[in-house]
Amino acid sequence: MVPIAYYLVLSAVLFSIGVAAFLIKRNIITVFMSIELMLNAVNLAFIAFSRQWSQITGHLQVNGQIFVFFVMVVAAAEAAVGLAIIIAVFRARNTLNVDSIDLMKL
Amino acid sequence: MHLALFIFFAVLCVAGALNLLLQRHPINSALSLIVVMSSLSVLYLLLGAEFIAAAQVIVYSGAIMVLFTFVIMLLNAGKEVRTHGSRLAYVAGFPGAAALLGLLAFVFISRRGDFGQARLGEYLATTSDLSRVLFKDLLLPFEVTSVLILVAILGAVALARKEH
Repeated sequence: MVPIAYYLVLSAVLFSIGVAAFLIKRNIITVFMSIELMLNAVNLAFIAFSRQWSQITGHLQVNGQIFVFFVMVVAAAEAAVGLAIIIAVFRARNTLNVDSIDLMKL
Repeated sequence: MHLALFIFFAVLCVAGALNLLLQRHPINSALSLIVVMSSLSVLYLLLGAEFIAAAQVIVYSGAIMVLFTFVIMLLNAGKEVRTHGSRLAYVAGFPGAAALLGLLAFVFISRRGDFGQARLGEYLATTSDLSRVLFKDLLLPFEVTSVLILVAILGAVALARKEH
């Protein structure tokens, strides 16, 4: 028996590590990977809340898992487009360092 | 048993995420992200989400991470150069992330009685339970996502194509 709160705490920890990696990392691919990490942390929270909802209502609820399913679909599409953008940026600027790609910075 | 499995894979998850944070080479970060995603799929299984666990392995640690490693190798990404990031990130970002973690952990731990306990094998959501909802109540959103994926594929091809 594990309290569902532990799963939620784990999800918060993973999300915070994802935020920290997003801020620290200087390679555009790794920055993108930390976004995926944050998405995964949120998915874990969705599954845990889905389980909690099942226990409150007393019968199986799958709405949270449906959410995760759609998040996965969107994440797959987002990864394909994002990596294509990274390839296009690399072709144009010949660098992967996010500090060198600052044309839109004020 | 459940607690032991949870602790083992939760520690693996956090260790992989920290390794992603600390490694300098993107391929090492990608491999540790695979560890995180695979151990998350075990946690999904412990929570009774068997379809999501399988999809996690296939979609995340399979397809998406293959895409990532492929792009890392294609662009021949080397060790990252540590340059100065934005100062705002250090001043507001890290305390903000730490505060978020502290607040969430405090709320979850202090109200852990309300969230209940997860027992192994209870409320197992099989693939048929999931597909019953997906294909009856949510058929239109499901079909719309297929259009989204089609558009994403077209966009990826258009973006990554060499310009003539």
